[in-house]
Amino acid sequence: MPTFVYMTRCDGCGHCVDICPSDIMHIDPKYRRAYNIEPDMCWECYSCVKACPQFAIDVRGYADFAPLGHSVRVRREEEKGTIAWKVKFRDGTEKEFLSPITTKPWGTCIPELAEVPGPDKEMRDSQLLYSEPKYIRMDEDGLHTLQSNGLTMKKGVYY
Amino acid sequence: MAYKTVVEDDIDVLVVGGGLGGSGAAWEARFWGQDKKIIVAEKANIDRSGAVAQGLYAINCYMGTRWGENNPEDHVRYARIDLMGLVREDLLFDMARHVDSTVHQFEDWGLPIMKNPETGAYLREGRWQIMIHGESYKPIVAEAAKKSADKIYNRICVTHLLMDDAKDNRIAGAVGVNVRTGDYHVFKSKTVIVAAGGASNIFKPRSVGEGAGRTWYAPWSSGSAYGLMIDAGAKMTQMENRIVLARFKDGYGPVGAYFLHLKTYTQNGLGEEYESNWFPSLQKMVGKEYLDPELSHLTHRPIPTCLRNHALISEVNAGRGPIHMVTMHAFQDPHLEEVGWENFLGMTIGQAVLWAATDVDPKNENPELTTSEPYVMGSHATGAGGWASGPEDVSPPEYFWGYNRMMTIDGLFGAGDAVGGTPHAFSSGSFTEGRLAAKAACKYVDDGKADGIVVSEEQIENRKIEIYKPLERYKKYRNEIVAGTVSPSYIHPKQGLDRLQKLMDEYCGGVTVSYMTNEKLLNIGLKKLKIMEEDLECLAAKDLHELLRAWELKHRHRTAECVTQHTLFRKETRWPGYYYRGDAMKVDDENWHVLTVSRRDPATGEYTMEKAPCYHLVDGDEEEPGAKKAAKV
Repeated sequence: MPTFVYMTRCDGCGHCVDICPSDIMHIDPKYRRAYNIEPDMCWECYSCVKACPQFAIDVRGYADFAPLGHSVRVRREEEKGTIAWKVKFRDGTEKEFLSPITTKPWGTCIPELAEVPGPDKEMRDSQLLYSEPKYIRMDEDGLHTLQSNGLTMKKGVYY
Repeated sequence: MAYKTVVEDDIDVLVVGGGLGGSGAAWEARFWGQDKKIIVAEKANIDRSGAVAQGLYAINCYMGTRWGENNPEDHVRYARIDLMGLVREDLLFDMARHVDSTVHQFEDWGLPIMKNPETGAYLREGRWQIMIHGESYKPIVAEAAKKSADKIYNRICVTHLLMDDAKDNRIAGAVGVNVRTGDYHVFKSKTVIVAAGGASNIFKPRSVGEGAGRTWYAPWSSGSAYGLMIDAGAKMTQMENRIVLARFKDGYGPVGAYFLHLKTYTQNGLGEEYESNWFPSLQKMVGKEYLDPELSHLTHRPIPTCLRNHALISEVNAGRGPIHMVTMHAFQDPHLEEVGWENFLGMTIGQAVLWAATDVDPKNENPELTTSEPYVMGSHATGAGGWASGPEDVSPPEYFWGYNRMMTIDGLFGAGDAVGGTPHAFSSGSFTEGRLAAKAACKYVDDGKADGIVVSEEQIENRKIEIYKPLERYKKYRNEIVAGTVSPSYIHPKQGLDRLQKLMDEYCGGVTVSYMTNEKLLNIGLKKLKIMEEDLECLAAKDLHELLRAWELKHRHRTAECVTQHTLFRKETRWPGYYYRGDAMKVDDENWHVLTVSRRDPATGEYTMEKAPCYHLVDGDEEEPGAKKAAKV
């Protein structure tokens, strides 16, 4: 559903412009506030809605198939690691949902690969990737190969 | 021209496109090249870019060898039957044997993966799918890419690859335009990993207005993976293998969790099961090797996705629509109802908005399904893409030329949608392919294969002129007319996109012709595409945003041309339900059990088509997952 921006809430900070994957949230030069310049290239991905600190961006279903009178609102909180949704139907019915978005403090559990012990020649010449073989099965077993799995490659129609 | 030229020199690994494939490439490259210069050029913002921008509710490719679930060869067999026999089994096996290590890392990084409370194993949606709370899947993965890369350039639309002027057929980097500043960016690099996207919006969509944005695949997936590589002269494979999706109507919400986890099922407008009625006639078209409902029932061998589409399309055309997804039973269970809604909110929010807008509560009403317009990509149930080398220890000679995931241009690698013949990689497999490509790219540099690259100033200058041409065109002819968008001297990108979509729809098997085409239609299509290419020289862009759309259109057009060439070449109907060759309505294994390979000569624009052999992994027993067999021994 294409996004739109409430005039009284937007302060023109540009977070939505910065995040939009489709490059369609732009600042209106006259009002100095954001708006959707190309609704038919909007995937309703909600990236801008989630990024807006003023909750100024909302979504109205695509005019060619969605009637008016609904809303799907969202609040994503990185510190809490949750996302909360409120779905309001045209007939007034409401549904609420809450999901986790991460299990770890943001960005803290990704190793710096420039600083881990680098690969030796044997590993470079093998088919292994970083953290393998351990991370494949979380044990000491090796990588699957045609030989280890009793397979051959044969040209043609029949398997 | 007031725009600056920004040159980034001496790059070892340039990653074009920061989606799942590109993030995997950037992340892994740092391990194999701890002192190398690694750069990512991303069209949007890497925190929310690519097909996973709005999140995913499942990881659709996970073997689970750790839990004794599947071996890599089991997944190869699954992808092979789903794609009617034609896949690159070496690449698939290679991806599948590494993909679990990718997923286990994601869990370490904080991606919430649901668990089976009894066994502690990941909660399965289906045999290959695990369920996640993936709203932040992309930002989490982007963190990893940012940790590894020297620099991420956001908002760079990469338009062309740079070629070495010293040695034929060797890559030398890429160029593009910053869609915010307008600056011209030159990336001189020893290797390039193309991890850009497949193509939405090259066939006319079912929606007629704003809803055109509610594509199944992201509207920003502009076929750049293909446009960039084809223009550089790389060989492509299986480009005819476009995909049509059976999805919830209008919102194109996913059905995987509904079928697999919620156990919902489909029926026709009369409330009847319809699929099996179409199987006898379909079996005559495709042969028992590809459709054997009894065997499928006994062994859990899937019915190929395209064939299930065929049943849906045929039933609707027979006048017994609409097709419904029967949700009313499952949704009485509050837990399953929650899963059904969160599935959409986690990956296709628009479907939730649509149901709210139309008061469709699947607890009280069975929602409608439809088949989408076709899409061209290489990581879902379809395998279009570049013709890439496989790994040394698996690939037969026809599939191996030195470096894993290297294309037929030296130093050009691919991941995700860019690699052909590797369907069912999905998000985790695309990330894994990026990792494989990154390791190989670092090895290529270490082996001295990139020594002595020369990029002439002339090449850089010519590309610059070409990139800004739509802005110049607009400036030159804008005042020929009073106002508005109708000019005798130019077309805007949106007008060009409409033309592309209409002609692909009508001549190459789109939705308004029930996915039907034939040799005559395809030849007319090619003629129109050729004329359109002349008009693309007259594209006008009134600002930088339109310049971005202009280059997206050019990449889409090149993709469409290649798709049409391949569709013309393969004289059979290999994937009924994806498209039909009306003049060859059967699967023809005798002549076409091969992979199609094309190359467009960058100098002449002529295509050369060839058949490449299809190799299969062979072992005896298909009835039981290999991992379980092994565990018993």
